[in-house]
Amino acid sequence: MDYAELCRRSRARDRSLRDKVISLDEAAALVPDGVSVGIGGSTLSRTPMALIWALIRAGRKNLVCARGITSSEGELLFASGTSRHLMTSWFSQGIVWGVSRIMRRYIETGRARFEEWSHMAMGLRFRAGAMGVPFLPLRSMMGSDVITQLPDTAQIDCPFTGQKLVLVPALNPDFALIHVQRCDAYGNAQIDGLPFMDVDLAIAADRVILTTERIVSNDQIRRAPDQTKIPFIAVEAVVEAPFGSAPHECYGLYEPLFAHLDAYAAQMRKDPEDGVRAYLARYFYSPKSWTEYLDLLGLAELIDARRRGTSIYDD
Amino acid sequence: MTTDAPDYTASELIAVMSARQLRDGQVVFAGVGIPLLAATLAQRLHAPGLTILFEGGVIGAFIEPGKLPPSTNEQRCTHRANMVLGSTDVLLLLQRGYVDIGFMGGAQIDPYGNLNSSFIGDPQHPSTRLPGTGGGNDIASLTEMIVAMKHEKRRFVERVDFVTSPGFLSGGNSRREAGLIAGGMHRVVTDLGIFGFEESSKRMQLQALHPSVTADDVQSNTGFELLIAADLTVTAPPTESELAVLRHLDPDRLYTA
Repeated sequence: MDYAELCRRSRARDRSLRDKVISLDEAAALVPDGVSVGIGGSTLSRTPMALIWALIRAGRKNLVCARGITSSEGELLFASGTSRHLMTSWFSQGIVWGVSRIMRRYIETGRARFEEWSHMAMGLRFRAGAMGVPFLPLRSMMGSDVITQLPDTAQIDCPFTGQKLVLVPALNPDFALIHVQRCDAYGNAQIDGLPFMDVDLAIAADRVILTTERIVSNDQIRRAPDQTKIPFIAVEAVVEAPFGSAPHECYGLYEPLFAHLDAYAAQMRKDPEDGVRAYLARYFYSPKSWTEYLDLLGLAELIDARRRGTSIYDD
Repeated sequence: MTTDAPDYTASELIAVMSARQLRDGQVVFAGVGIPLLAATLAQRLHAPGLTILFEGGVIGAFIEPGKLPPSTNEQRCTHRANMVLGSTDVLLLLQRGYVDIGFMGGAQIDPYGNLNSSFIGDPQHPSTRLPGTGGGNDIASLTEMIVAMKHEKRRFVERVDFVTSPGFLSGGNSRREAGLIAGGMHRVVTDLGIFGFEESSKRMQLQALHPSVTADDVQSNTGFELLIAADLTVTAPPTESELAVLRHLDPDRLYTA
């Protein structure tokens, strides 16, 4: 998005302290087909799974998605047709499950695009977007073939030192989808543990939709403003979604649901096409609500994930 | 030569041999899998002061035995860490020059240490699309590298199909001329031996053989002509204590099957 237009849109919005809480379905309805979407978290961590779940159920098409590292949510975005173009540095469920069969199938048959940037390049694209500058320089990707696949890059000689540098363009997605441990109704978001690229992503994006494990009072936010990582002025909507990253993890609250992810991987290995269709039908299209989805994941697994997740504070 | 099969797997051998490459006090940027495991092993053996960085945004973690993370982006990676920070920021520390060693696995490597983890076949119409660089390109571009991988002819090739993470590119000064001022390949550790890179040509050079492996074994499992160091040595086999600690860290053999 053009810089002046981005600024104009930010300023045109009501940036007062106002209640922004809406439902998951209402949040999905904010996102039109074909827009660009930055996805918060990384790999199996703080994935905004509830929102992705709602977008897939809403039948959204052709979103151009960007995330630092992409796991099973990328497979589900491809397989549902919600996205056919992902920008990321790494894409598979996770190294312990091997190379993604679904990613392979969609890329090797030309049905979708996996645009590969180095991890730091993805981060600096969001950071440039957050800084309101059109690009940032970096010292990686030179000499490799990664850069030859990326027309939206430039190589320059530094005007001060003469050293070679790569320039990567700012990424200001139309939407950012970010899951956090807690935020207030205004969108002041507090993130525990690994922040990944989420602060830059939130500031860079035109519109930010937060999902949160729980909504806390503004008083509670003001008691520890140093813990607030995303300011309310940057946030458009807030959705309360407990276990909103499941079957992925949310730092300090629950670890990945490993048994579910192992079973998912086995199903995809057996038959990527039918396997993922069956998975989407069962876990994405059939439940009537997010709570019903969690019910399908199973209380035993959720409790186990919770026990493992909170054990990080045992030391 | 004894015909008894060694009582460790190829992955365990790689983990032990690469852990020995790390020195106490170093700052190591480790990828998931064998690198994470070997760096953690080194901490528990000879390098308690080894500082491990993960691209998920972690400085100075001590991974808990039996709780290996599924990638370098989960809370398990933060166990007893000194700091968590943004993934962009930890990669910028690398660019700033705070890291001694980058430590990664590899799918395919060439004589100059260039690594491919992106495409088998033509990138426009790949026969296999691999998961991609992650932070691999950044790490290989910016610091000295140790690569740990299985030694197979299909992985050690004359030319990689795609340079995901740069080694010495086409050798000589080509890496520097491409603009990569820092870093470069330091060691490749496999289940057959340990390799460095010859100083002027920057070609891979066999430096040490693992017990009961011959230079011919290595060459016949390599898809390009290997240089062999004049002072070729033989490594000491993994000790019982090294293997015991390793198995304590990875009791389910998540990374060392």
